[in-house]
Amino acid sequence: MATQPTIAVIDYHKGNLSSVARGLARAGAHALVTDDPAAIRAADALVLPGVGSFYDAITFMRAAGQDQAVIDAVTGEHAVPFLGICLGLQLLFDRGDEGVPDPGDEAVAPGGAASASSSAVSLAQACDARGSDLAPGTVFCDADGKRWVRGLGLLRGSCTLLPARRLKVPHVGWDQVHLTERGRACPLLTGFAEGANMYFTHSYALDADAQADAVAAETFYARAFASVVWRGNLYGCQFHPEKSSTQGHEILENFVALAAARARGDEPEERR
Amino acid sequence: MLTKRVIPCLDVKDGRVVKGVNFVALRDAGDPVELAAAYDREGADEVIFLDITATSDKRATTIDMAARAAEELSIPYTVGGGFRDLGGMRQMVAAGADKLSLNSAAVKNPELITAAAQMFGSQAVICAIDAKRVGSEGFRGDGSGLGAALAAGPAAAGAEASGPGRFPEGAAGGSCAGPDRWEVYLAGGRVPTGIDAVAWAAEAARRGAGEILLTSMDRDGTKEGFDLALTRAVARAVSIPVIASGGVGALEHFAEGVIEGEADAVLAASVFHFGTFSIRQVKEYMAAQGIPVRLDF
Repeated sequence: MATQPTIAVIDYHKGNLSSVARGLARAGAHALVTDDPAAIRAADALVLPGVGSFYDAITFMRAAGQDQAVIDAVTGEHAVPFLGICLGLQLLFDRGDEGVPDPGDEAVAPGGAASASSSAVSLAQACDARGSDLAPGTVFCDADGKRWVRGLGLLRGSCTLLPARRLKVPHVGWDQVHLTERGRACPLLTGFAEGANMYFTHSYALDADAQADAVAAETFYARAFASVVWRGNLYGCQFHPEKSSTQGHEILENFVALAAARARGDEPEERR
Repeated sequence: MLTKRVIPCLDVKDGRVVKGVNFVALRDAGDPVELAAAYDREGADEVIFLDITATSDKRATTIDMAARAAEELSIPYTVGGGFRDLGGMRQMVAAGADKLSLNSAAVKNPELITAAAQMFGSQAVICAIDAKRVGSEGFRGDGSGLGAALAAGPAAAGAEASGPGRFPEGAAGGSCAGPDRWEVYLAGGRVPTGIDAVAWAAEAARRGAGEILLTSMDRDGTKEGFDLALTRAVARAVSIPVIASGGVGALEHFAEGVIEGEADAVLAASVFHFGTFSIRQVKEYMAAQGIPVRLDF
């Protein structure tokens, strides 16, 4: 192997990340599970796994200083490759409503400190309904009074609960991933077989307001949702590649190849 | 379309695979991790390890097994059996288990489901229910307190007791809204609880369990097929996935579990361990019956 890239697996203290780390190691990376913003800034690539709820995760990241470390790493001059898995995909986007505490609950909210100090920031304080001016982890209301928490805000879109109706939620098991036109050119999906079954386990997903030019693949369960996103150096999978057998392993290999290219200092080819 | 899952179950004792016929006469079928890895390659959608030793002094063996499984498997796996508290569950998650299956501990302390779902997420918490039919055949009294309750009349269908689904004592009888009822059993089918299995499943779901692993104690080890009425009753009572278990002996049984039992996943042990059917054979059969399954492996 030419270059073994160091990939930081971001630990926000909500669960076990060893299967993600092992999957990356099997794909040829040096996987470093870390909660340290400095390590996040120094890595060749980042993986944000999916554990816990949107609110818990982003407020912890905010309190630990991980949010800014990620934003700096992926938007700075090195623009390192980033892969969000499951909730990690969702956190890339503007806002989510999972686990957002009711008014008055913020004081006891987990992860809290810096973030949820806002006792219900009103829409007036956010310049728009996406909370564009707000720091990650900030709770705010939209025009309908619905409460949201601001995500990393690197991509446009909201994350919401899948509507149960006749189908069971959570969406658990192997389901098909359908490439969009854009997805066919996505470096993360090189070699991916259209319609392949991947392992999902989630109740929330990216909503229809997701920016279309970031959707690389879709899955249909209760509604259509983005199951792979890609924009520049930002990638996300709503399924778990580390639990999706050989097809999942290939995705991790593709990501490790992107990380290795960045570690060698290659020009990013995916700028578009 | 979400595929229906085929799940081999490995009963594990002292670190070795066993499968009992009606939970008696255990036979050794090898190293659990090696067997699970073979199922992974063969196209299993996930695997479940059920630790039937579960004495506390042997717990380290199970944790070690879970850690080895994390190294070897590229599909999700569940560990069940012997959990008593969140601490033990946390150790298993730390070892790499994707899901934890709670059975007796949850019946004795339903709050454990709530706490586990909060700590690990609903997706990681399976409530395993061992159920035995008490319905139309009547209660074969064994001197437990259950007999009296049942003799007084069948529980109203769908009754949701405030506790873990106790059969109402002396419930107003009358012609029942369905003769089929099932009781939750513990300790591998030895200990009756007086709890209605359907009501208990509904409560487990309300408390945050992410899936129900439903085993018919009447059918387990018989090769006569799933208890389809039981499976369907539970599947209709909850809005979370139900894994049908107990009784598979023929290919048709897998398809029936999904089509008639309305299960989201089907589980079997012996027919896989002893090579009666391969995973692919089962999936190809199910696909031929119009059931969506994952065959791209």
